[in-house]
Amino acid sequence: MLNISPEEIAETLLMVHQQHLDIRTVTLGISIGDCGADSSGEMARRLYDKVTRAAERLVPVCEAIEREYGIPIRNKRIAVSPVAVVAGRCACDDLTPVAEAMDRAAEAAGVDFIGGFSALVHKGVGAGDDALIRSIPAALASTSRVCSSVNVASTRAGINMDAVVRMAHTIKETAELTAEADSIGCAKLVVFANMVEDNPFMAGAMHGAGEADIVVNVGISGPGVVRAVIAAMPLEADLTAVAEAIKATSFKITRAGELVAREAARRLGVAMGIVDLSLAPTPAEGDSVAEILEAMGVERCGAPGTTTALALLNDAVKKGGAMGTSSIGGLSGAFIPVSEDAGMVRAVECGALNLEKLEAMTAVCSVGLDMIAIPGDTPAETIAGIISDACAIGVINNKTTAARLIPAFGKHAGDHVSWGGLLGAAPVMSVSEWSSATLVRRGGRVPAPLGSLRN
Amino acid sequence: MQTRAILSVLGADRVGIVAAIATALAENSVNIEDIQQSILSGVFSMTMLVSIDEEAHPFEQVQARLAEVAEQLGMQVTLQREDVFRFMHRV
Repeated sequence: MLNISPEEIAETLLMVHQQHLDIRTVTLGISIGDCGADSSGEMARRLYDKVTRAAERLVPVCEAIEREYGIPIRNKRIAVSPVAVVAGRCACDDLTPVAEAMDRAAEAAGVDFIGGFSALVHKGVGAGDDALIRSIPAALASTSRVCSSVNVASTRAGINMDAVVRMAHTIKETAELTAEADSIGCAKLVVFANMVEDNPFMAGAMHGAGEADIVVNVGISGPGVVRAVIAAMPLEADLTAVAEAIKATSFKITRAGELVAREAARRLGVAMGIVDLSLAPTPAEGDSVAEILEAMGVERCGAPGTTTALALLNDAVKKGGAMGTSSIGGLSGAFIPVSEDAGMVRAVECGALNLEKLEAMTAVCSVGLDMIAIPGDTPAETIAGIISDACAIGVINNKTTAARLIPAFGKHAGDHVSWGGLLGAAPVMSVSEWSSATLVRRGGRVPAPLGSLRN
Repeated sequence: MQTRAILSVLGADRVGIVAAIATALAENSVNIEDIQQSILSGVFSMTMLVSIDEEAHPFEQVQARLAEVAEQLGMQVTLQREDVFRFMHRV
């Protein structure tokens, strides 16, 4: 007997075919803890062998699942252990060969991005971390699939301002080295506070120390579905009703993610890791988080009330998703990347949304200062100031925050940059001309907040 | 092993839709367990619960045959494993 109603079947088909419901990523997390070697060349060889072997069936398995269940899986990706940790053994200054091996392994596996060219330096910089950060600009310039992330702050450790400043210079250098492609290297580089170790989304994906050898992590999507549900509600529906509608929709989206995660893990014969409840937009029309906020009632994303709407959305997605899976993990908060969201781009272009409002939004969602093009001549100290502000919000509020800023080399406020594909295109946003140089040059560490003393 | 799946057919009404779909299913030994069908303003909509013997006729093979029928009829025909609906619509 048909236990599912034709209406429910029609709703599912509508979600997929017209509202962009998809699984944003199935990310295979692979430990490379056993790939350490005395030279970067040997480490690169071991890493390539392990990743290509582990990920050999990832793409065909995901393609079979999307075909059989009728839910598109937009991206198949790989995350490895932070390279800096494994690189500690080899006394080398340049880890570019390792990044190039990651790039080749990703290409062989048929995935578009591989994460884990990463370091955690929130308290201090070790030899492997130093080599990795030094290698980032060249590594991102000589590869196309490698993503890099560096954690510079945590609630337990505070903010490592020396690392923040160093990353600001690294971002500038990366922008210059990839100037020909609108500084695309910086679109693959993210600076974190309270980085999570099971994040399936790029550019911050990596495979943490506490994970099993190989796991499947899944990132859900579905901004278009949520927007459609809210847009169909009467304008006089109160905010409790709006939250209820988002919860119900989030449950369904999450269940699709849970099913795909279980099935991918079973077919690949590896552990199921987490389902990340983040709403992730794409540049496609109708697949926008900004448009959800506008459907809720702000005239343009960035108008007063935007932070309230985003807070409600973020919370309701978690509440609905929590019923859909017992394996919540990753970042699990709405993404508001400017260039990857057509609604955000429109809001910036018409002057409704600026950097300061994005910073406020960071306080109530996931990775706030994301995919933001800024003038190429923005001083490194100003970039450090912006990053440290994002970190302060994360450290004090015990949450993940991050900054993925692209100081587009040779471009000025109002110019446009375009990276294509899921990375999208964006106007270059203006940055405050007031300096933070004296503050950030003090260096040292912003101590951990009192709230971190919880034991 | 019998796999349950949901078959959805949507498009402009015409003669022979059910016959074409049922023939393709029978060719692949797919059993029809339940059917719901309606026509609204000339739009034909049909939902079937079917069971597939995947050892004899792999899921992909049944999907490929139905895709041919969809092409001939000019309609949207979707075959999906039943779990996806159970997961998404039931607590």
